[in-house]
Amino acid sequence: MSRLNTAALTKAMPQLLSLMLILFLNYLAFPGFFEIRLQDGRLFGSLIDVLNRGAPVIILAIGMTAVIASRGVDLSVGAVMAISGALAATMTVSGYPVPIVILAALGAGLLCGLWNGILVAYFDLQPIVATLILMVAGRGIAQLITEGSIVTFNEPGLIFFGTGSFAGIPMPILIAALLLTLAIAVVRRTALGLLIESIGINRSASSYAGLNSKLLLLVIYAFCGVCAALAGIIIAADIRGADANNAGLWLELDAILAVVVGGTSLFGGRFSILMSALGAVIIQAMNTGILLSGFPPEYNLILKALVIIVILLAQSFSSLGGWAFLKGEFRSKGANRQ
Amino acid sequence: MTDKPGLLTVEGICKSFIGFKALDGVDFTVRSGEIHALLGENGAGKSTLIKVLTGVHQPDSGVIKIDGQAVNVRDTQHAQNLGIGTVYQEVNLLPNMSVADNLFIGRQPMRFGFVNRKLMEERARELLAQYDLHLDVASDLSRYSVAVQQLVAIARAVDMSGRVLVLDEPTASLDRHETEILFAILRQLRARGLGIVFITHFLDQVYEICDRVTILRNGKLAGCALTAELPKIELVSLMLGRTLAIATHNTRRDRPVPAIRQFSFKGLGRSRSIAPFDLDIGEGEVIGMAGLLGSGRTETAKILFGIETADTGHVHIDGNPALIRTPQAAVACGFGLCPEDRKSDGIIGDLSVRENISLALQAQRGWFNRLSGREQTVLADKFVKALDIRTTDIEKPVKFLSGGNQQKVILARWLATNPRFLILDEPTRGIDVGAHAEIIALINRLCDDGMALLVISSEIEEIVAYSTRVVVLRDRAHRGELSGDEITASNILGMIAAEPEGASA
Repeated sequence: MSRLNTAALTKAMPQLLSLMLILFLNYLAFPGFFEIRLQDGRLFGSLIDVLNRGAPVIILAIGMTAVIASRGVDLSVGAVMAISGALAATMTVSGYPVPIVILAALGAGLLCGLWNGILVAYFDLQPIVATLILMVAGRGIAQLITEGSIVTFNEPGLIFFGTGSFAGIPMPILIAALLLTLAIAVVRRTALGLLIESIGINRSASSYAGLNSKLLLLVIYAFCGVCAALAGIIIAADIRGADANNAGLWLELDAILAVVVGGTSLFGGRFSILMSALGAVIIQAMNTGILLSGFPPEYNLILKALVIIVILLAQSFSSLGGWAFLKGEFRSKGANRQ
Repeated sequence: MTDKPGLLTVEGICKSFIGFKALDGVDFTVRSGEIHALLGENGAGKSTLIKVLTGVHQPDSGVIKIDGQAVNVRDTQHAQNLGIGTVYQEVNLLPNMSVADNLFIGRQPMRFGFVNRKLMEERARELLAQYDLHLDVASDLSRYSVAVQQLVAIARAVDMSGRVLVLDEPTASLDRHETEILFAILRQLRARGLGIVFITHFLDQVYEICDRVTILRNGKLAGCALTAELPKIELVSLMLGRTLAIATHNTRRDRPVPAIRQFSFKGLGRSRSIAPFDLDIGEGEVIGMAGLLGSGRTETAKILFGIETADTGHVHIDGNPALIRTPQAAVACGFGLCPEDRKSDGIIGDLSVRENISLALQAQRGWFNRLSGREQTVLADKFVKALDIRTTDIEKPVKFLSGGNQQKVILARWLATNPRFLILDEPTRGIDVGAHAEIIALINRLCDDGMALLVISSEIEEIVAYSTRVVVLRDRAHRGELSGDEITASNILGMIAAEPEGASA
């Protein structure tokens, strides 16, 4: 067991090192970076901020990991966020109770995911094309829901999901952590993890082995849709309104990036939800760091690209057995000294 | 002939991969003007030796000599410059480019910075004429059969390298006639003084065309002899490391005809795929299915297993009607299928041996009833032992196993579900003699244990050896059935070849 943990740790080394480096740079740019304080029963501080801001992408990355592991991709998650946010805001303004609003918004995400899943699994559309449809159409649907305006609300029950806290921990972090734990437990305690990897590596052979790969794909995309809806609710609750044009804009790319940085291949197969979440945190730590350092935000995108290249190169090095090689080198040098 | 000088010599080659010694002190000599068979079971080290010769792998130790000069083959390009050309099993040409392009790619004659097509095509015609091949060199390579593509690959390799030609299972996808043409060309090249290394699984071809044989076993040199002086039985025992009466001749048993045939398929068919057929199979029976490629054998298997849905007919199991429209439904009825195309429909390459073996059972148990890691390990260990699957570790990705061992993993996957009816589509294709004999023994054992089996095979001797009944297919229809003493190779061949106007290859 400990051998397995060491192996997992070695594999996670590039990401962990990157995160530490970025956090350290953040500390250099902003010496108060690691300070955390309790105020009005809620934790505050830059680290908390990284997690809080990163929560929506963590949630997206959880669903995206399953999709990418099945050798697919879901480009529509940003648009689905806009739909669920628009629905939540509009229904709240219309006076529906919060539980109904949340269920309806999640339900909308589920429908969107099912739509994608049906196109991919039963009509054999390529995932990138199938989800592109909803990526484009989804923002239109969101605008129809909000009737073209930015809908704002003041319902404390809904706002709580964006800015509230429980036991000192901000709600978005709590929700993301809960979903992360749940997803990992479901994937590894059931056979779903193995079966998702199996269809991602070789769908035809999986079907020959008696796997219901169509149904499994449908479930994967549906789950991804629900994750997107959840992220959409959090963002709407945070800004107390729904902006059909800008909510979740480009976040699908951050989610895909988080998964890739986490080490799951776009060719499907082996995946780790935890590592994808770590990838999302790395991305957010970078965003926050650049803001704190006072660099103009334009640098954000370029720096992000640089860091990502470094992480991906380190991964490639690692998968080629580079770490083991360095270690062996180190050991043999140690032996020479004796 | 034995006095001819060694053209290519390797001495004491060793090559290890992580935790596994692929070549251990191997010596090997190819002389000018000989065809030299390189034989061995899968995993014996043939491919590794070839890869060392052609610069894909660097040897850990040992010497490679060309004309007595020690050389260090840096990469494949360097190997070509040294005169060693290779044609791989899966022809590595570009089917969507013209024949001439394929012959000269990377070294096209140029004029003013552009490819001089006219000159290139002229040279291509000249080159192919040496082999009595008169093709339209400007048309796409894909227009020609695999056999012709193979010859183009050989022509290219000889033209570029011209001293040693390495052929990795060149006849695997050729029919009898095409093999003859290939052999004629090999004889011609031999007469020209080339040294040819010939890797194959077909022992008859070794005796037909090869002058000498080198046999590898478990990464070591097992023997080297003149073909004419090495009886077949001795050759096989060198390959297997044990004496073995040719497996396919004495495994036939007189099995009792089952009183009840539990699996009954009536009038199953699918338009443009296979004409409606009836098939009854009882537990403890092996039905052999013979026919040429494209005669509807694989289509039959796919319909029985629900991969393709039948438009007509019905299925009864134990007398009760059953509907099989998906593989899941077939598995629920106790069916299993080892598909013909192992790589695309069989193995999940990146998953471990353990996970591959557990997969069908896990799919059957459902998503939420997970086999624990420990249960999977127990299962995998059991089948690795029972089927003698050669792997260093059950956690090894299955794609790193040899073909025969991958086939055993897929068999294990189904045996783990404890099936009542197992369909094997070409279970022995592309695997070595040892694994071949083991799989045939396994078929007999499973049958004795009361399983119903349907085995599709191109090897008629093999079908004769284990079948209790034989179904013969031709032109996408079931044409007849043989049982008992009627099951002979000549009867089967006769039925396949009947009605010559229909017997298209």
